[in-house]
Amino acid sequence: MKGMVDIMKKTYKIEVDCANCANKMEEAAKKTAGVADATVNFMTLKMNVVFEEGADPKEVMPVVLKNCKKVEDDCEIFF
Amino acid sequence: MNRKQKIILYRIILTMVLYAVVLLIDNDFELHKYISFVLYVAVYLVIGYDILRKAYKGITNHQVFDENFLMAVATIGAILLGEYSEGVAVMLFYQIGELFQSYAVGKSRRNISELMDIRPDYANLYKDGEVEKVDPDEVEVGSIIVVGPGEKIPIDGVIVNGDTTLDTSALTGESIPTDAKEGSEVISGCINISGVIKIETTREFGESTASKILELVESSGLRKSKSENFITKFAKYYTPIVCYAALALALLPPLFAKFIMGADAQFGTWIYRALTFLVISCPCALVISIPLSFFAGIGGASSQGILIKGSNYLEALSKTGCVVFDKTGTVTMGVFEVSGIHHSDMENKKLLEYAAHAECFSTHPISKSLQKAYGEEIDQSRVSDVQEISGFGISANVDDKNVLIGNAKLMKRKSISFKDCRSVGTVVHVAIDGRYCGHIVISDRLKANSIEAMTQLDMCGVERKVMLTGDTKEVANKVAKQLRINEVYYELLPGDKVDKVERLLMEKKKGENLIFVGDGINDAPVLARADIGIAMGALGSDAAIEAADIVLMDDDPLKIAKAIRISRKCMRVVYENIYFAIGIKVLCLILGAFGMANMWLAIFADVGVMVLAVLNAIRVLFVKSYQNYMQTIEDGYNRNGESYVEENS
Repeated sequence: MKGMVDIMKKTYKIEVDCANCANKMEEAAKKTAGVADATVNFMTLKMNVVFEEGADPKEVMPVVLKNCKKVEDDCEIFF
Repeated sequence: MNRKQKIILYRIILTMVLYAVVLLIDNDFELHKYISFVLYVAVYLVIGYDILRKAYKGITNHQVFDENFLMAVATIGAILLGEYSEGVAVMLFYQIGELFQSYAVGKSRRNISELMDIRPDYANLYKDGEVEKVDPDEVEVGSIIVVGPGEKIPIDGVIVNGDTTLDTSALTGESIPTDAKEGSEVISGCINISGVIKIETTREFGESTASKILELVESSGLRKSKSENFITKFAKYYTPIVCYAALALALLPPLFAKFIMGADAQFGTWIYRALTFLVISCPCALVISIPLSFFAGIGGASSQGILIKGSNYLEALSKTGCVVFDKTGTVTMGVFEVSGIHHSDMENKKLLEYAAHAECFSTHPISKSLQKAYGEEIDQSRVSDVQEISGFGISANVDDKNVLIGNAKLMKRKSISFKDCRSVGTVVHVAIDGRYCGHIVISDRLKANSIEAMTQLDMCGVERKVMLTGDTKEVANKVAKQLRINEVYYELLPGDKVDKVERLLMEKKKGENLIFVGDGINDAPVLARADIGIAMGALGSDAAIEAADIVLMDDDPLKIAKAIRISRKCMRVVYENIYFAIGIKVLCLILGAFGMANMWLAIFADVGVMVLAVLNAIRVLFVKSYQNYMQTIEDGYNRNGESYVEENS
């Protein structure tokens, strides 16, 4: 909900080749520290990340990318 | 095709040529076993090196069970068993399938972005008599921008100079252009057709309609439907299960045969069957076609001016059992018009003239409708001594005659005998110099498509239609009767509407959903409370876009039925694909286990099912336009009519 605590929510453009890989990226992103929730949409090639309170997207996103690369090395996140 | 796809395509063509050559050589010149092994492996590596690499990476990252792993194991296994040509063929067809899939997805992505082609690329900023092309993001609120014919309006604003016609079809799906002149509010995303206009911006680019809509459409896939989540889960369990089943199939029957039956183990046969299992086990057809169907459904709907905020809503929409309407602004226009003048002892026009003049200083919707009905310039100098009697009406002098205009209470208060009105609506009585001169009836009008919309909803199998309104009993019942809605609740305050919807939610059948349709103006709590909230006429209204689950860009009630039809079609395709894909896979697994399906059949089943499922999913993108739909019905009707005549003659 809007107006509650400062929840950071950002959308990133991604590149990935298959739907299953997108699901794997989603899981990897969700497990990253500092990420409260993540959704990947293969069709629109977008990743939506909700950050935990106090987490800095600039620090979290490189880790998210690293974790995603681990499960699917042919992926890219633009941040 | 992008670069990656082209590379794969070249590899596929190269492999096909090499494969054919190797097959010919192998058949014609009984090659030595090792030589043919080397030749086939060379071809295999051309087509499959990336899959092998990905499978290896998966294993090192503890993400073993994916389709790369399955394909790698199945093909390497086949080659080790001496089935060289099958190993290569499986990899080849798998790659063809993957290429087709990525091409189809890319193509529908482009199709949908073309349907929603409202993103403005630039703005022509007007400053000190000069025009400069800038990024729309840089334009500040209150700037003047110039939009020429054929250009998209980049930012919401008001026309300050020029008049033109606007094409709003990308936003609303409505193909009839609308006129705009100085003072008109215009929204971004429309295409300027005829004249050059200057617009004073009223919003930033990011807050403008086009940006808002794009944001909404682009984030729509993030709310996933139950079916999509089911498939994700299914894929997660299905692949490992089939892998273990394959392992069991490779080991158990031969061991059973050897140690218990004492027969020949036939390891080769069973391992081959197990590998066939692996080929079939790829869940690609489902994993790709289900999200693609929803994506296409949402895209097709948005091309019709129906914005759906998530595939969960698209899914829920298909199970609509009850539709609740707000009256004003939803099934009626929400504008008041003079609908009758009764018992006037002077010319109707004259009565309107007095009424309009007496009310000319008021901004009440009723005054405005009187002025509109009069239709001529109001001469305010003819009016003097205006007194507003709050809750009753107005007393004013027009042309030195005292005009009393207001409700029945006003007439009683001034002890003027008046005639009651049997028509439904707001009744305005007029008395001049103390003498009753008749009354004017002002009422809201039904939207042109409202009646048709109800019929369409009936045709969609909506069982219960309910109308809620804050209006009086008479007005509510009259509107409900015209629309053939048999359940109506009137004289409701905004809070009462929430209570009513909650009661209806408790009464509805399990598995059915309740839609609330409103104009989004003060029914945000109700929109949020219903299973699906539909806001209509959302162009320019942020509150509605925010609160609703589904947003109709214009205010055409026919789109409710259309949205339901799109969702039904989408869900039908989704279920077709689920049953078809799982059915074929299970059948092939059984055939494979009993040795009746070889690897060729397995790969054809796998790729074939995927191709058919993807093509089926893309079908959802094409929404039959309403005109075509009606034409089909009419054609059917006419044909029936003709045959009826023939039988009688």
